[in-house]
Amino acid sequence: MIASTPAFFISFDSLKDLFVNLIQSLGFGESFGWVAFLLAGISISFLIINVMVMATAFYTWFERRMIGRFQVRRGPNRNGPFGIFQPFADVLKLIMKEDTIPDAADKPVFTLAPIALLAPTLMIMIVIPFGTYLRDDALLSNLNIGILFIVGVTSVNSIAIFMAGWGSRNKYAILGSMRGAAMLISYEIPMALGITSVLLLSGSLAMTQIVQSQSIWFILVMPMGFFVFMAASTAEMSRTPFDQIEAESELGSGYNTEYSGIKFAVLFLAEFMAPIVTAAIVTTLFLGGSQGFDFLPGGIWFAIKMFVLIFLLLWVRSTWPRLRIDQIMGFAWKVLFGLGLFNIFLVAVEFMVAVELGHTKDDGSLTTEYMLIMAAVNWMVTIIAFVILANFVGKKKYHRPEPTASPLANMGIGGD
Amino acid sequence: MSTIRTEPVTINLGPQHPSTHGVFRLRVTFDGEEIIDVEPVFGYLHRGTEKLAESRNYVQIVTLTDRMDYVASMSNNLAYVRTVEKLAGIDVPERAQYIRVISVELQRIASHLMATGFLLNDLGALATPLVYCFRERERILDLFEMLCGARITLSYMRPGGVFQDAPDDFWNSLNTLISDFPNYLDELESLITTNEIVLARTIGVGLLSDTQAVDSGVTGPVLRAASVKWDLRKANPYEVYDRVKFDVPIGNSGDTYDRYYVRLQEMRESIKIISQCIEQIEPGPVRTETPYFIRPPVGETYSSVEGPKGELGFYMVSDGGISPYRCKVRAPSFINLTPLKDMLTGWKMGDLIIILGSIDIVLGEVDR
Amino acid sequence: MYGLGLFKGLGITMKNLVSPSRQFNIVQYPNRRASPFDLAKVDDQNPISFIATHPIKTLRSLLGLETLVDRMPQHANFRGEEFAWYDRRCTGCASCAKYCPLGIIKIVTGTSGVNQQEGQSYDIDVFDIDIGRCMFCGLCVEACPYDALHMGSGFEEGKYRRSDLVINVDQLKAAEKKPSTWFRPQLTDRGHDPIKGSTADWDQVGRHEKPSLEDQGERWAKR
Repeated sequence: MIASTPAFFISFDSLKDLFVNLIQSLGFGESFGWVAFLLAGISISFLIINVMVMATAFYTWFERRMIGRFQVRRGPNRNGPFGIFQPFADVLKLIMKEDTIPDAADKPVFTLAPIALLAPTLMIMIVIPFGTYLRDDALLSNLNIGILFIVGVTSVNSIAIFMAGWGSRNKYAILGSMRGAAMLISYEIPMALGITSVLLLSGSLAMTQIVQSQSIWFILVMPMGFFVFMAASTAEMSRTPFDQIEAESELGSGYNTEYSGIKFAVLFLAEFMAPIVTAAIVTTLFLGGSQGFDFLPGGIWFAIKMFVLIFLLLWVRSTWPRLRIDQIMGFAWKVLFGLGLFNIFLVAVEFMVAVELGHTKDDGSLTTEYMLIMAAVNWMVTIIAFVILANFVGKKKYHRPEPTASPLANMGIGGD
Repeated sequence: MSTIRTEPVTINLGPQHPSTHGVFRLRVTFDGEEIIDVEPVFGYLHRGTEKLAESRNYVQIVTLTDRMDYVASMSNNLAYVRTVEKLAGIDVPERAQYIRVISVELQRIASHLMATGFLLNDLGALATPLVYCFRERERILDLFEMLCGARITLSYMRPGGVFQDAPDDFWNSLNTLISDFPNYLDELESLITTNEIVLARTIGVGLLSDTQAVDSGVTGPVLRAASVKWDLRKANPYEVYDRVKFDVPIGNSGDTYDRYYVRLQEMRESIKIISQCIEQIEPGPVRTETPYFIRPPVGETYSSVEGPKGELGFYMVSDGGISPYRCKVRAPSFINLTPLKDMLTGWKMGDLIIILGSIDIVLGEVDR
Repeated sequence: MYGLGLFKGLGITMKNLVSPSRQFNIVQYPNRRASPFDLAKVDDQNPISFIATHPIKTLRSLLGLETLVDRMPQHANFRGEEFAWYDRRCTGCASCAKYCPLGIIKIVTGTSGVNQQEGQSYDIDVFDIDIGRCMFCGLCVEACPYDALHMGSGFEEGKYRRSDLVINVDQLKAAEKKPSTWFRPQLTDRGHDPIKGSTADWDQVGRHEKPSLEDQGERWAKR
């Protein structure tokens, strides 16, 4: 599956080579290499921003349409066939609205917050191996610390949300962003634990390497890790049941209460881009990236897997209520943290056993047969752990005895 | 080492807020996320119903009562016309009483559906249960449209009966509704009642003990959730409630979950009442002939019914003229807010919203 | 087991997503995007022959450009705007004006000779209903002793000025008479349904006799 990147595939390296050739053919020397570097960077940014904005636009349409269906409504259906042009109408309306900045706001922080929220989300996409042509290629495919880059970049989110809340000088916004700061930082840890268990098996930080090492999808090998990572990333992007940052029935609109016009559009964009990005990360880490049967190109498989994950997120969003902030923090530290650690312990022990028994390939990764055995063991362990946890949490707290009438007012309504 | 200085934050929750169910304002003082003080502020929707009633005649006031609890107009109508009938000594034909009970129980279902839906909306369920509730409520509103030509502001009842008999197709639709409705309630229950997030959010939250509830004059589902078995339909049967069999569901401890669950069970009981009424109802006149301008004898009276939100009562003084000398409304939404501070103090922001949602206030009735 | 309720809830929402019987009865007022199937149904053709005979219409409907009028299913009892007033029945007694809770009906009778009725020596010069303040409670209709005033069936009376919302005597006379059957059981008995577009003349709307108890019993038995 590993082949040399064809010349026409768009990646940072191929673009740089193209521009270097172009510059040299124009008669400039080797010292103008930085121009090629810059031009390649700009091209990649242009591509990423446009593709992602369009994808997000259609995702918002899909989400509204789908949630409408879940709520037995129609969803947007007036602009164009099936309402497909609704996002453009939304953006047009938001751009034409007055861009208000509150008098008491911290203007630079207030203005920078949407950008600070959007930029990291966009940056993640450059290391995702979409497999547009081959099974493993990202726009910046040679970045060997891909997943570390993602972890680093996503943690900017909490600062951005706090900037938005603090800068707008609004009590609802500050409440939302305080919750956000606490929650996002807490959920970084289970998220990192989930990633660590993947790294143990793949043995590399590069996203392409992670995809290649999944001869069995990691969701099958370690369901607990998938659960931990999925729950943590749902919280990271602040969606139901963890949507405390923007709890619209409690805080009005949370951190973006004071935003309007184009700034709100950017915040909205970042917020709705997050599920796409998360789905892409989860697909890469746990669902085998662009792996699939050969009758479809890898990019299509990647898109199908992303779609399934996005639909799952939508389904959960349209069904479950929201947890309270202390319950969310408790869930992070008492449940997810423990499960994540346990999962790492389990995978590490299994890995050590594999090394002892000689079930490793030449490059140090595990054989497919051993991964299957691991999958069987881990599924059993996961189910047992969840049942024990459920009984431990459920039994004592939520038992409802039969109600007995209070003696205060039984005005002859005893029997019927 | 210096400690970080903290101070309580005061937030004006409302009058424009998605979860205050209208223009209700709460001045809440938070210590972080925890509530340390609450001060409710009313009056943003005050329309002077009681004063307006003094310049209208007894039939015209029916239209005013529609606009008090605007999600349960039928119950308001009933409470009002019963008071006038008591004041003026008007008899009501039996068929009219049955139709009144059927329509009031339908209204109770509609109101409870809205309460449940909005409680779930307050819990953050992105309006999905709310829309499911509204889907069924629509069918009840369709029934009301058949019955009296309007969907919300019904003005259906008149002193001495109801203004018009139900059309023929009403009974078919009603039969379909009551045969479908238990299934629908089962579905709603499996969506909400066993949902662990709902349980985690509602059980033990916003406790109201039975003594506290009785002391603060709370009525309706809020009182019954506090395990006090008190229902005016049983305790002081009016219309034909003494001829139908139904239970009074009570809760366990008076927490938010109980208030939700009592409402759900009451909907089942209402269905029972309606189906019994359909069996018992007989043809006959639906309205006693009353003069256009009723002139009750000089006197005063108080009469109340069990509305969806609690005891809805009217106190009326007549000076022998065509309009009342004084008309006072005992609005359950308003009085149910009495123990609000005790219920809220010590809980968190998210709990505030659902406790307020579980009391099920309607601001048209609170401010009148 | 603890935790299963969450998945049961997911099942319920999925059931509501896929099951057609659980859908809302959605009305896309004032019009809805029509699919080729809808257009074929309107034309009373089967879809395949419709697509074959109307390719352009099919394309337009796939692009979402074809619309069909969609209206709320109303009951004949609906208390709507567009009051139906029969000047031949009206005696100008002003019972409606007296009974209106808001006092928005203004009636002036005189002997001007302009609007004189047959066999009457005075006429109704002014009959203004300010529907901008009307709440459609129907008490005026209930008060009318001669069945001259009826609730209407429409609800689309939006105007740009409040003053346009005052219906005067000429508009009331010229208006199409589609009285609601609200508080007029005699109209139901004659099979009148304003929602289906039937109109009623002045001599058809009166209550000639009250329905007897036996009649009502018959109607009840039919349920």
